[in-house]
Amino acid sequence: MVAAGRAGYPLEILQPALPPELADAPLQLGAHRFASRLLVGTGKYASFEQMARALELSGTQCVTVAVRRVNLDKRSGPSLLDHVDRARYTILPNTAGCFDAPTAIRTAELARELLGTRLVKLEVLGDPKTLLPDPLGTLAATRELVQQGFDVLVYTSDDPRLACHLEEAGATAIMPAGSPIGSGQGVLNPNAIRIILELVQVPVIVDAGVGTASDVALAMELGIEGVLLNSGIALAQDPLRMAAAMRDACSAGRQAFLAGRIPRRLYANASSPTSGVIAPAPPPAQPSEVRSEPGAVPAPAGE
Amino acid sequence: MSVNGEAREVPAGSTVADLLRALALASERVAVERNGRLVPRAQHAATALAEGDRLEVVTLVGGG
Repeated sequence: MVAAGRAGYPLEILQPALPPELADAPLQLGAHRFASRLLVGTGKYASFEQMARALELSGTQCVTVAVRRVNLDKRSGPSLLDHVDRARYTILPNTAGCFDAPTAIRTAELARELLGTRLVKLEVLGDPKTLLPDPLGTLAATRELVQQGFDVLVYTSDDPRLACHLEEAGATAIMPAGSPIGSGQGVLNPNAIRIILELVQVPVIVDAGVGTASDVALAMELGIEGVLLNSGIALAQDPLRMAAAMRDACSAGRQAFLAGRIPRRLYANASSPTSGVIAPAPPPAQPSEVRSEPGAVPAPAGE
Repeated sequence: MSVNGEAREVPAGSTVADLLRALALASERVAVERNGRLVPRAQHAATALAEGDRLEVVTLVGGG
């Protein structure tokens, strides 16, 4: 990629690929393996064309879609699937908008019929204002869908004990909200996510709430397996640039987690050797010695 | 009968496949539920509609 440098001459922007020894393991969800750990939603873009370009720039390999009634009054125009290359992206249907387990289960069944996939992003929501997950409905629907052979990626609160119950119910991945859907508040309780990571074996993916690239990087630095986001890209002032930023942040956060950060310290810890520094300057001359002209009044002590 | 919450008349003896044709919907682009139960695509042509049926015809849209 070539961009104009500050002085006007072309500036080559090099992004060296990681050498094989620094390559990351893929994200495994059910039968699917993804090199990218970013899962991206397809809602709220200005156009299908903008969505397609944003997905491409985000580097994602797994995109979410919703199931809705066909509009019977409108002649069918272009459809979402005309703009999502199924050879490139695995499609993860969601049960967004469902406020009880039976409706979410029926929606998952319809999605499986539409796509022929076992994957489902299960959402059983509590109320339309907070869109917080309903824990009891979420657990009941997880049990039923696992029974039916679905690979259930379950949207949940960041409650560690609920995460354990969902894993026991057979969830393929636990997807705690960082903060409410579309709120852009980032991960509000990183300690809860850390505890979930200690308690469950299945992949943990932060789903919902990330607003900008640093939210994604911080989330990935916790050691989670991935981040699922939609509004953070789609509603940014420049969705395409934000898609690229989210891609880099996800990769940077993951690499930083794998690298292992330094501990936080209160005081400084010199990076350069503390020995071998050249001799310090002699102590400054005393004021009385400087003002040695005859008749000068000595400076008062302590000045 | 109702389709997606709207009252709709269909000729007697119509099947799910007939309804989709009448609505100009490609069966591979939609999924159909009849009275709360999924009607698999392979059974569209064999599933007769009855008075008072509640049908949901859905497709995929953008979402997170």
